[in-house]
Amino acid sequence: MVERFGEAAKSTSCPEEARVVLEARGVTKRYDLEGITVHALCGVDLEVCEAQMLAVMGPSGSGKSTLMHIIGLLDHPTDGNVVVEGEDVSRMAPNDLAAVRNKRIGFVFQSFNLLPRTTALSNVELPLIYAGIPMLKRTKLARESLERVGLGDRLGHFSSQLSGGQQQRVAIARALVTKPSIVLADEPTGNLDSRSGIEVMSVLQEFNRQGVTIVVVTHDAVVARHAERIVHLKDGCVVHDELVKDRTIAEDKMRELEAEEASGFPESQDASGATRA
Amino acid sequence: MNLVESIRIAIRALNANKVRSALTMLGVIIGVAAVILLVAIGTGVQEEVTGSIEGLGSNLIFAFPGNVEEGGGGGFSVTKQFTLEDVTLLERRLGTSDEVVPIIQSPATLKVGSRELRTTIAAANEHADEVFTSTYLGGRGYRRSEVAASARVIVIGSKVKDKLFSNTDPVGKKLDVNGQQFTVIGHIAAQGGSLTGDQDNQVYMPVTTAQRLLGTKDIGAIVVRAEDPRSVDMLRLRMQQILRPKFGDEFSVFTQEETLGILTQLLGTLTFMLAGIAGISLLVGGIGIMNIMLVSVSERTREIGIRKAVGAKTYDIMSQFVIEAVVLSIAGGAVGIALGWGGSAALRQWVPTEVTWWAVALAFFFSAAVGIFFGVYPAYRASRLDPIDALRYE
Repeated sequence: MVERFGEAAKSTSCPEEARVVLEARGVTKRYDLEGITVHALCGVDLEVCEAQMLAVMGPSGSGKSTLMHIIGLLDHPTDGNVVVEGEDVSRMAPNDLAAVRNKRIGFVFQSFNLLPRTTALSNVELPLIYAGIPMLKRTKLARESLERVGLGDRLGHFSSQLSGGQQQRVAIARALVTKPSIVLADEPTGNLDSRSGIEVMSVLQEFNRQGVTIVVVTHDAVVARHAERIVHLKDGCVVHDELVKDRTIAEDKMRELEAEEASGFPESQDASGATRA
Repeated sequence: MNLVESIRIAIRALNANKVRSALTMLGVIIGVAAVILLVAIGTGVQEEVTGSIEGLGSNLIFAFPGNVEEGGGGGFSVTKQFTLEDVTLLERRLGTSDEVVPIIQSPATLKVGSRELRTTIAAANEHADEVFTSTYLGGRGYRRSEVAASARVIVIGSKVKDKLFSNTDPVGKKLDVNGQQFTVIGHIAAQGGSLTGDQDNQVYMPVTTAQRLLGTKDIGAIVVRAEDPRSVDMLRLRMQQILRPKFGDEFSVFTQEETLGILTQLLGTLTFMLAGIAGISLLVGGIGIMNIMLVSVSERTREIGIRKAVGAKTYDIMSQFVIEAVVLSIAGGAVGIALGWGGSAALRQWVPTEVTWWAVALAFFFSAAVGIFFGVYPAYRASRLDPIDALRYE
């Protein structure tokens, strides 16, 4: 691992035949905070291959969220370029960037970022509205997308009527409804209990199996191990790039969890017995 | 994204925030309704007063003792009062076709049996009915001979008739005025209010009778009616010439036009004062709209961020907020107009009101402009934020 440090700055872990969906070239980000310059990113090079599930991992303050915002075209790099599907988007006007985000990029945020007081269906329809898709087709696509994340029976529920895990699945349905080239997930399990977290990771892995390119940004090594490849970030630089050998399959963990629940935890039974007494 | 879609998004967003939408509309509603209502009252009062002056008859010239322009007039401070001699003098010197009417007004107590009524005597000569155009419902007016003889005859207004005689025919009945007995010879149809008080609540008698009853030789005013409307100004000059040798500057002559003009001016000022008060409430309403709009846009910065993240362009955000503001302002304006209109209709029982289109238009456009401006300006700023800054906004 340590011996790869030097060359790790340039990540080229795509298999021979795989296309590069998204590429960061020498992306730097500097902030000026009251006269002190903060280097959030120090020239990151990164290639995301088609149908790959990639985790960007690092402690807080390592610049992983900044990197995600930049490759998600929500933020501008100070230097360097972002290339989406072979097209350099770094110098695009804000409205053109909006179109690229709409068509090619789906977002899953830690805090879900659903519209409040709006139904699940309307939330999922949102990107389709801005894509100019007519209403009937829009509703159909949104419904299908919600069905794919297992929320076919929650279409008319407001975000406030859904659990955290369900809200995050609505967000995933919204991210996928436009059939983007890439889905960016920023700490998707960060606000969830472990069970909902496993569910969400399982949904993401399932889509990845179906060919969706996914980038998960996380500080959590357990979450990161759901990916095929992990890029380690430290102080704004890529310090390590590895392929995951023994990948965690969320579905297996789900099954284990269900089996445990069926047999019952001796401790939890004791605990509940204690409260009853 | 097309307009229909923008409207749908805006309406959905308004619907999702009903309380906030209602509060914003409330500012517009109160402002619009207040302006319409207050201006309607001002205009209504003005029209009623001018209407009742015009109802007095036409082409009238009024002469009062005392110099009104120097702050005199009003009776008490006047040194020299008019008498019937002045009336005769005017009659003789003016054209024969122009009618000269002496006027006395005085409070009095009427009594029929055990019923008492405080009212006003209006006394004049036999020309009064032609000059003041009164309509008799029963009986007749007093005649020249009765004026000459200071006969104790009396004509009563409609309210006096209702209060003292209710449903019976008053003609020929006896009536006590300040303790002296009179015979009712006629009663007049309702005319509404006037400059000199409620005409329907007055009683009318010959000027000579009134002088004897009140123990005076003075008369309050002299009214001259010009036969020809074009001769009003000339007649006024002649009256001044005739009266000047005896009264110097201690008298005032107005045409009906002038009286009307002064009153219209006065009441116009009143209307503008009311409009000013209403304007302040509109302004306060506007500030309310502004506050709610500013708060709601900053509260929704995150929403703007979400929308931008999933692909909303700058003008998508702008058009959503513009349409929201327009819908709120127009809906609020419409409700305000309905309330103002309905309110003025309801108030008509107590206060004369008249809805004016300019007040409606002014109120509506002002509040709409405030709503739209203060809805759009913060939205414009928010729509230009980087999506990440909007998303991070707390």
